[in-house]
Amino acid sequence: MLNINDIMETISMISEENLDIRTITMGISLLDCADSDAKRSAEKVYDKITRLAGNLVKTGEDIEKQYGIPIINKRISVTPIALLAAAGGDPIIYAKALQKAADATGVNFIGGYSALVHKGFSAGDKALIQSIPEALSITENICSSVNIGSTKSGINMDAVKLMGEVVRETAEKTADRDCIGCAKLVVFCNAVEDNPFMAGAFHGIGEPDCVVHVGVSGPGVVQAALKKCPDGDLGALAEIIKRTAFKITRMGQLVGTEASKRLGVPFGIVDLSLAPTPAVGDSVAHILEEMGLETCGIHGTTAALALLNDAVKKGGVMASSSVGGLSGAFIPVTEDAGMINAARSGELLLEKLEAMTAVCSVGLDMIAIPGETPAEVISAIIADEAAIGMVNSKTTAVRVIPAIGKKAGEELNFGGLLGSGPIMNVHLNKSPKKFIDRAGRIPAPLQSLKN
Amino acid sequence: MKTVVSVIGKDSVGIIAKVSAVCAECNANIVDITQSVLQDMFVMVMLTEISSLNCSFAEFSDKMKNIDGGNALDIRVMHEDIFNSMHRI
Repeated sequence: MLNINDIMETISMISEENLDIRTITMGISLLDCADSDAKRSAEKVYDKITRLAGNLVKTGEDIEKQYGIPIINKRISVTPIALLAAAGGDPIIYAKALQKAADATGVNFIGGYSALVHKGFSAGDKALIQSIPEALSITENICSSVNIGSTKSGINMDAVKLMGEVVRETAEKTADRDCIGCAKLVVFCNAVEDNPFMAGAFHGIGEPDCVVHVGVSGPGVVQAALKKCPDGDLGALAEIIKRTAFKITRMGQLVGTEASKRLGVPFGIVDLSLAPTPAVGDSVAHILEEMGLETCGIHGTTAALALLNDAVKKGGVMASSSVGGLSGAFIPVTEDAGMINAARSGELLLEKLEAMTAVCSVGLDMIAIPGETPAEVISAIIADEAAIGMVNSKTTAVRVIPAIGKKAGEELNFGGLLGSGPIMNVHLNKSPKKFIDRAGRIPAPLQSLKN
Repeated sequence: MKTVVSVIGKDSVGIIAKVSAVCAECNANIVDITQSVLQDMFVMVMLTEISSLNCSFAEFSDKMKNIDGGNALDIRVMHEDIFNSMHRI
């Protein structure tokens, strides 16, 4: 029998603590759309996406209504487009077809304008990567990602060098819109194939033809739960986080299985993530502060985040039949009210964020950097972050936004879930140019003798 | 199939009457009901059986939410599975 306290707890999580399902993401394989005529291929892409995802938004809204839980985004991830572009033709044709499909289905984003080049470029990869700045400037709802390294193959420094230039060019091409193109571009090391979260979602080649993934959220719920335990030790806090993560994930599992049933598509995974938004009471930084840090970014932040990230996974794993994606706490600076405050006050620096990425779920995320930052510095930031992922066998990513025409201390404002935030300092006096220009490959790390 | 109707808000005359009128109108059977007034806040949770609704779930839910013109009361209609999955293993 239902218990009234449980009912009230669920309702207050939703109404006061911003609990929501962050995204239902349908993964669609486009491998069967490849055609040596790129135009024909793009038509098939459009047809397949609109056929399979035509009901996605409506289904999401119906489930939202039935269970009374907000489902913020309905999205689509597709096979990395570089695999289709390998057959020839201008990749931009695909970007336009994807945008048309996004408009027709009404989804928030389509992710997968991507290339996987962790060991080297194959036909189509380079053309696609070079087309990213244009693709992101002429589309609204398309996300792009490039995997430039992995634990098993090392880091492709040719690609790292190229991506520094691509990120800069993307910012320049969208400079009139707060450089928003870069908010839709992620550079990965150890990218996962079943990630439902943007901007890094793509449908891996090991996935089924069509599948539904769910990404949960709920930093506010964790913070509210911790607030009730002001004096417990850290073991007690970990316990509370585990319990809360379990409940959040159960909600994701329920929505995922229901969406899968209604859409007639297999259920993929629940991504057990704490995904913040700029709204008050929906911040990962505030959880760390609730644990006892005066502000996020000071000494102790990495340890607190490690505890949080691990407890979220432990609690969530048992709640779902299948867990995957990026699973963990996200730390996107401009999308998190607490991070924005810490960065504004100067307590949260890029170096600390980099350390935090060694223990959180992804990487340097939504960080605005000065517009004068040269491509080789962006490449070096990517290389550092990829090295952390490669050596620690985890996913890391870089999503930085060079704020063209602006300096450190000024602000960028994207609006909506992408938020706003201050431009952070990077080292600009001394250059890593020679190191980046060497290019080549950083060999894969040893998997034993771990110290 | 059961659904939980929760009503939270400032107490006033006839809240339960209005909620149960919508149930009767839509052919939803009230299985259980619990209600209290904390200071002047009205809190009610009602469990209803909706297998033989004479309208769609969405219509039932909209009618419920609009019983006071959508003003003072926070009314939610949620399928019982969300509570079962969250609080039961």
